[in-house]
Amino acid sequence: MKIIRFQLNGKWVEVEIEENMTLLDLLRRKLHITSVKRGCERGECGVCTVLLDDKPVYSCLTPALKAEGRSVITVEYLSKNGKLHPIQEAFIKSGAVQCGFCTPAFILTTYALLKENKNPSEEDIKRFFDGIICRCTGYVKIIEAVKIASELCNQS
Amino acid sequence: MALFYQIPKLNYHKPKNLNEALKLLKELGDAKPIAGGTDLMVDMKIGRVKTRNLIDISDLREIRKIEFHKDSIIIGAAVTLQEIINNERIRREIPILVEAAENLGSWQIRNVATIGGNICNASPAADMAPPLLILNSKLKLSSINGDRVIPLEKFFKGPRQTELMVDELLTEIIVPRESCNAGMKFIKIGRRRAHTLSIVAVAVAVRTMEDKIEYVRIALNSIAPTPIRAYKTEEELIGSRVNEVEGKVKKLIEEIKPISDVRSSAEYRREMAVKITIDALKMSIENWRCKEK
Repeated sequence: MKIIRFQLNGKWVEVEIEENMTLLDLLRRKLHITSVKRGCERGECGVCTVLLDDKPVYSCLTPALKAEGRSVITVEYLSKNGKLHPIQEAFIKSGAVQCGFCTPAFILTTYALLKENKNPSEEDIKRFFDGIICRCTGYVKIIEAVKIASELCNQS
Repeated sequence: MALFYQIPKLNYHKPKNLNEALKLLKELGDAKPIAGGTDLMVDMKIGRVKTRNLIDISDLREIRKIEFHKDSIIIGAAVTLQEIINNERIRREIPILVEAAENLGSWQIRNVATIGGNICNASPAADMAPPLLILNSKLKLSSINGDRVIPLEKFFKGPRQTELMVDELLTEIIVPRESCNAGMKFIKIGRRRAHTLSIVAVAVAVRTMEDKIEYVRIALNSIAPTPIRAYKTEEELIGSRVNEVEGKVKKLIEEIKPISDVRSSAEYRREMAVKITIDALKMSIENWRCKEK
């Protein structure tokens, strides 16, 4: 057992964990953040995506201890005081959510993408989304949501 | 609770510097270095790799550098693929590394997966291997007792088998500058374009003089137990005219041994290996001509 200290959605947390634990299990089973989904568990499907120091990573392939001293962001971080983030508004507006299982991963990846590139082209969006599978295949609406999100974010 | 994949109990070590890491590697005996973990974590989950000790090397400053020297470019083993893609000087001076990195895994993978990990995992389908092979790259293997430098083509021993001793760590990838002076091209075929393993990939480097090939390097993955250089085909091509390459590359099938697996049949691999090698050669020749102007 080891004690790990890291920033979860902007707040420092301290947890005692097994050294063989993945970041996915730390978030879901220890901290009960179930927006981080358990999918393929082997880095194929992308629904376990979180931001580690602002970069999208697969939490299922990340040893929990890699988070030590770093920032972990899940989708809970985005809405503030009951107000949704423009990216979340955009996903609602374009109807980019079907079953919703991949949505947190796509929203977080959009958040990271828009930090790097304020006006991504359709090609950029597709390239940066190569790591998440929407099993409802709702990609057209998801790409549309990112375009709307980039407009909304640039306005505010 | 055995509901999900479970990694067996282990000790997770986080050394503060390279020396400490090498010491641990020697003392523990059975430890596995972990960088991005994108291959290793899966291997541990499915039981292909068993270890009681992981040594996290991903933050070691000594192996996270990219250095541009007069005769060589040195890439630290723990440099991530995304860092290679984002590095403007690498993009300018060794664009083929960027091409290969951009087609590997997904953004989530590239953010943490390292160039050293791709080599050390020694998958027959390693995407960074063909470009590094045609660049005549060398590897620095370090242990607490000292370093040794070997050519990359001597490193691969079989599927997931390498020249690394248990107490050794790949620390640097050394790309000689003179190898960068060529026209190059990387082509990969997968079952789809994004986040896919290679069915076959090729990297080519070429220099021509008066329409004759005077220097050529060809390397492929996924058509043999390890990524390989196509020495015989290279020999065949040396001195031949640019418009003769198509016929000469047919020889390639004599030196590759593809197998059938979930991604492709051996026959398809064989045909595509020849096809993309011809394409890559033609494009490399074109790239060399542009470079020479």
